[in-house]
Amino acid sequence: MIGSRAKARVAMALGLVAAAVWVLPYAWMTLTSLKPLSEITQDPTAPLPRAPTLDAYREVFGTIPVFRYLGVTLLMALSIGVLQIVLALPAGYALAKLRFVGRKTAFGLVVACLLVPPQVTFVSVFFMFSRVGLVNTFAALVVPFAASAFGTFLVRQALVAVPDELIEAARLDGASEPVIVYRILAPLLTPTLVGMFLVSFVFHYSDYFWPLVMTTDDTVRTLPLGVALLKEPGSGVRWHVVMAGNVILSAPVLALFAVAQRHLVRGLAGRA
Amino acid sequence: MRPRAPAHPWLMLAPTLLAFGLFVFLPLALTARASLQSWDMLTEPEWVGAANYGALMEGGELWRVLGRTLGFSVIVVVGAMSFGLGLAVLVDRPGRVFAFVRGSVFSAYVVSWVAVALLWVWLLDPDAGAVAAIFRAVGLPRVGFLTDPRAALVTVACVAVWKITGYAMIVFLAGLRAIPASLREAAALDGASGWQTFRHVVWPMLRPTAAFVATTSLITSFQAFDVVRIMTQGGPARATTLFVYAIYEQIFLNLSVGKASALAVVFFVVLSLLAALQLRAWRSRGGEPA
Repeated sequence: MIGSRAKARVAMALGLVAAAVWVLPYAWMTLTSLKPLSEITQDPTAPLPRAPTLDAYREVFGTIPVFRYLGVTLLMALSIGVLQIVLALPAGYALAKLRFVGRKTAFGLVVACLLVPPQVTFVSVFFMFSRVGLVNTFAALVVPFAASAFGTFLVRQALVAVPDELIEAARLDGASEPVIVYRILAPLLTPTLVGMFLVSFVFHYSDYFWPLVMTTDDTVRTLPLGVALLKEPGSGVRWHVVMAGNVILSAPVLALFAVAQRHLVRGLAGRA
Repeated sequence: MRPRAPAHPWLMLAPTLLAFGLFVFLPLALTARASLQSWDMLTEPEWVGAANYGALMEGGELWRVLGRTLGFSVIVVVGAMSFGLGLAVLVDRPGRVFAFVRGSVFSAYVVSWVAVALLWVWLLDPDAGAVAAIFRAVGLPRVGFLTDPRAALVTVACVAVWKITGYAMIVFLAGLRAIPASLREAAALDGASGWQTFRHVVWPMLRPTAAFVATTSLITSFQAFDVVRIMTQGGPARATTLFVYAIYEQIFLNLSVGKASALAVVFFVVLSLLAALQLRAWRSRGGEPA
């Protein structure tokens, strides 16, 4: 049994090394953001800032409208997450519980959409939006993601497990179909829906690709694009400013992660 | 169950199917059509048949992009799976320390690719970066991680491994926890060593999970764009021009809608082949994907 204690020590040591590989880069990011420009240019690899300052953060707020970008980003991710749930519930209900001609085809179409990522469709979607004047609008960021193939799929799978009797009883009580879907079945699916929402929210909050290709100006710019722009202007990259932008960009999702890690894990691992 | 009215199922499906029609199927058809046209977004589009595909094949550019993307994906998948599985086995233990390790590794999954890419460009700066400082301290030569064409693709792939290892770990952990403890205990009673138990009891039960992680991370890595756009813009000397970046480059830098569409069509075909693998992996878990 001596061996098992030694093994536990080794496991703990290896675990801490692994944690360091992931935590130290964040620490470096934060420390860099607290340095003044002079320290970045003179001694860039000094671990601790000699004279910690929030100058870099002031510069970020002076260079990009952080609150507007953050507001657009949060509203976009929130709208997408909510719309996906609102659309997936009735669609999943029809696919899981109702018998009708064409159900297999409809289900097949949903599954087929799992195979077509935005990277395949963005060129044509961009021209569709540009024809109707929707490039650089909030709608262009949100509407293409309103229906989620994965979400519809997950809701359908979860509803298959709900007994028909429950729905029949609700019908006998005179509940309309929308009431059944949104007031009776949705609460039963809370764990599925929360996991789905979090995975979607985190993805779209962080997404760079779609907002980049669907916007050509600043009107509905999102925070990831804004922060990426901090690196682009000029040749001498001001790393303390870029890292301050990074901290601002990462803090909201890391905070969400801290409070909702369990649900996020379930949302992801539940797909496997 | 019978719907209350024949139209009900279709009414419930209408918003979803309409959205898919508009944003998946219609664009797919339009992309296929545009791939047969030449259009610079200024003059009228012209039908050119398969000329766009021919132009992409010419000089082997298409194959180079495809090969590069596959190479990148192999590094990412193998790296994320090995570290993900190793870490899952390591941190599948009680206690606060291991909870902290799990949280740390998984946290990179929620942080934006933009933040991760910017952070690593800074860490990997050949002179001012922290990694360069470590290299100097232990006497390793100076490496142009992102400026040396031989190193750049591997560097970007390693950053992607850092980003998605946490995802692989989480899925493997769920797989490990689904294995009944009694099986492992029985193996231990029979005198099996830790490695033997893993090899003959745990791993066979984990294989479907491994197939799932492999295919999802393969498809994720195949779609990589943000890391490339931010870390290297496809360079140096096109060493990191991955598939999606090549599509982006055709449309936004070369203003060639036809070639961009042709690339998107090829990309879709390759992805579908990869997705067929994914479906097979799901099937092997018994039943429909869930």
